[in-house]
Amino acid sequence: MTGAAIQVRDLSKTFGGGRGVFGKAKHEIRAVKAVSLDVARGETLAVVGESGSGKSTLARMLVGLEEPTSGSMLIAGRDAAALRRSGPRAFGKTIQYVFQDPVASLNPRKTIREILETPLKLLCGYEAPRRRVRMQELLHAVQMPEDTLLRYPHEFSGGQAQRIAIARALATEAEIIVLDEPVSALDVSIQAQVLLLLRDLKQRFGLSYLFISHDLAVVEAISDRVAVMYLGEVVETASAARLFTDPEHVYTRQLVASAPRIKKE
Amino acid sequence: MSALVASPAPRRGSVRTTSWKLLLNNRLATAGLALLGLILLLIVLAPVLPLPDPDATAPVDRLKPVLTAGHLLGTDQLGRDILSRLLWGTRVSIAVGFAATLIAAGIGSAIGIVAGYAGGRTDNAMMRGIDMLMAFPYILLALAIVAALGPGLMNALYAIALVNIPFFARNVRGVTLGYAHREFVDAARLSGKGHLSIILTEVLPNVMPVIVITMSTTAGWMILETAGLSFLGLGAQPPQADLGSMLGEGRAQLFTAPHVSIVPGVMIFLVVISLNLLGDGIRDVLDPRLRSGALVRPGPVTEVAPDRTAPANTAEGASLSIEKLETGFRRGKEIVPAVRDASLHVKPGECLGLIGESGSGKSVTALSVMGLVASPPGVIRNGAVYLGNDDVLSMSETRLIANRGSRVAYVFQDPLTTLHPMYPIGRQVEEAIAAHQPVRAAERREKAVALLEKVGIPDARERSVHYPHQLSGGQRQRVGIAMALANDPEIIIADEPTTALDVTVQARILELLRDLQRERSMALLFITHDFGIVSEFCDRVAVMKDGEIVETGETREVLDNPQHAYTKRLIACVPELGTGERFLDRVAGLFAGGKAEVAQ
Repeated sequence: MTGAAIQVRDLSKTFGGGRGVFGKAKHEIRAVKAVSLDVARGETLAVVGESGSGKSTLARMLVGLEEPTSGSMLIAGRDAAALRRSGPRAFGKTIQYVFQDPVASLNPRKTIREILETPLKLLCGYEAPRRRVRMQELLHAVQMPEDTLLRYPHEFSGGQAQRIAIARALATEAEIIVLDEPVSALDVSIQAQVLLLLRDLKQRFGLSYLFISHDLAVVEAISDRVAVMYLGEVVETASAARLFTDPEHVYTRQLVASAPRIKKE
Repeated sequence: MSALVASPAPRRGSVRTTSWKLLLNNRLATAGLALLGLILLLIVLAPVLPLPDPDATAPVDRLKPVLTAGHLLGTDQLGRDILSRLLWGTRVSIAVGFAATLIAAGIGSAIGIVAGYAGGRTDNAMMRGIDMLMAFPYILLALAIVAALGPGLMNALYAIALVNIPFFARNVRGVTLGYAHREFVDAARLSGKGHLSIILTEVLPNVMPVIVITMSTTAGWMILETAGLSFLGLGAQPPQADLGSMLGEGRAQLFTAPHVSIVPGVMIFLVVISLNLLGDGIRDVLDPRLRSGALVRPGPVTEVAPDRTAPANTAEGASLSIEKLETGFRRGKEIVPAVRDASLHVKPGECLGLIGESGSGKSVTALSVMGLVASPPGVIRNGAVYLGNDDVLSMSETRLIANRGSRVAYVFQDPLTTLHPMYPIGRQVEEAIAAHQPVRAAERREKAVALLEKVGIPDARERSVHYPHQLSGGQRQRVGIAMALANDPEIIIADEPTTALDVTVQARILELLRDLQRERSMALLFITHDFGIVSEFCDRVAVMKDGEIVETGETREVLDNPQHAYTKRLIACVPELGTGERFLDRVAGLFAGGKAEVAQ
């Protein structure tokens, strides 16, 4: 397969709206307004913006958790609407999602084995022996020990839980991964390790990332290109190097200026 | 975080035994369990015990008193043995009660879980149906059902089960609603699970404790209702024995032979009380909120160990000195330390940054200053906290409370949780003033508006009547700062005040704090996990790790020339604008050899 991993054209999402039982117009929130984006294969596109800018809504639409109000999405060259029609499994095999709060994204009453087995069984259709081998490979890829499988999510720290969540996304063999603030809830040293892991995995498995974050420095470290979202719109898209040295849009400039940085002499 | 290298303990079994142990720790629940066990044992053994036929009448031996030879509990108006009828009757009552509980739990939980998971119209339709069921007085509804179906034990069972469905449906729906939009449910959907599979394997295991709690608390109630219907002659039909019908039949002899009705009455009491005691115990064990001690009211001041060592103040002239502070949390009989041997000094007009990763003890240190660590379980083992020359920890409770807000004020991380949602912001600032200054209402109002203006709330007078939810996150934090400033404190302790805010807002809040601090030459203890903020904002910095302060010094010196290995690593791990991909190459060196997590 060649071409773009993700191609989004004029994508919009409106919450609420319409009319109530008595014909009264309901309050309407336009979370995402006519967004267009491209992520090439093997590329990392970062989406930055502040809370309420529509980043997460965009991400949830891309993985099929929300339906767009209008606009089109091509994921790995296939139309998202067609993907949805062919069932949730087709979607899950093409594109995956890593959540912001790793502990909340793992069911507290399931062992890691049960959590990792689900996509292997349902999406890949592997038999038990193959699943066992694959789970070991996945844990190895995210640098977790083998006894991880027997344990429950609450027994892991945030960084470890995020590794497990990444392993779950990899288990589906999807090559496009949407990462929604994957390191925001982590301490800096853990954050650095997870970023390293993400870079390593991308090179090994030829992944494409859509990396959502509000931290400009993290974005600069991991991404090839950056899209800046503000109030539901993409106001600027540029290569990481260019955006941070020479921001064009007023809002981007403000964002870059506000980022705290360590002053050294 | 080093749990990873430790060998995995077989957790599953140990968790179960602790729940079991917790239940047995509760004396009343244990008593209930023992009583219920005894009753169950007796009724299970009823067929093999040497008991006379419960339905065999003997008019000659009618109304024999208790302890008659051959009839331990006497006989009833038809000469039937009461002991035998009691055991066989309890069997019927408990079986019907439990069966009704199971049916109600099954149907009610299914409705609740589907309504909660589906939401929207399905939820509305299902719950309005349940509401209609609840609109009838329960006994009337049960009577109507039995009247329609005809009297009989099975019909009574259906009636009771139906009447109790709403309790389960409502409870379960409420909990399911909380889980239906959790991230792990979304994650399961992305892993290819369908709706039914998500309900059964993701949501149900989490909702199960609630179902069990509701079952254990309603089972006794259902047995009572079964007895009630039988008492009215709508349940068990003669000659079949059942606790309610025994009570009903004995009613006519209440004055001549009271034991005929008292014996089944006592049995009903024992069964229901044992079930309720056990049910309460099970609820306490399974409900995570009760388990975490949410019902234990913390004291007004953190407990201070009576044998603490109080070192002298080593920094004369400092606004705040913390000397060798040791704070821990009681877990069972031992005390788990959270802060160990921490010493800090903040001079007037100085900003000290306290930096560390989550769990390093920063917040506990800050809360210990004014005895705000919740006790139980918190306890200050050792050390001293000096405000000027006064040792806070040896102050009387009233004096310490009087110092809170007036000499030391706090600004917390999330202003949405620290502001009261039901009061206008102006009133909350006024309250902070009223706590320490005896001024008239009008004057207080003016002061509050002036404070809000001071922290940069535009149109302060109009906005002071607004509620917290009408303000943006940044403005709420400004209100939090205004409340902290209300009584001109000497020291402000800010615990991650900007972590919940966007970067552009954060920059403005930090600017405000710095201006205020300089203008009033307050001492500021600034807790953060962000070296960027420390570098821009703090005069000195203390680095905390695992409850200990590993390094203290002038910000510039620590940043340029960190002494402790932990500080070095912490600084190296902060990504900086302008470094780009070189950042990852740099940290790759730090975590080389795959030892990454282990090092943590």
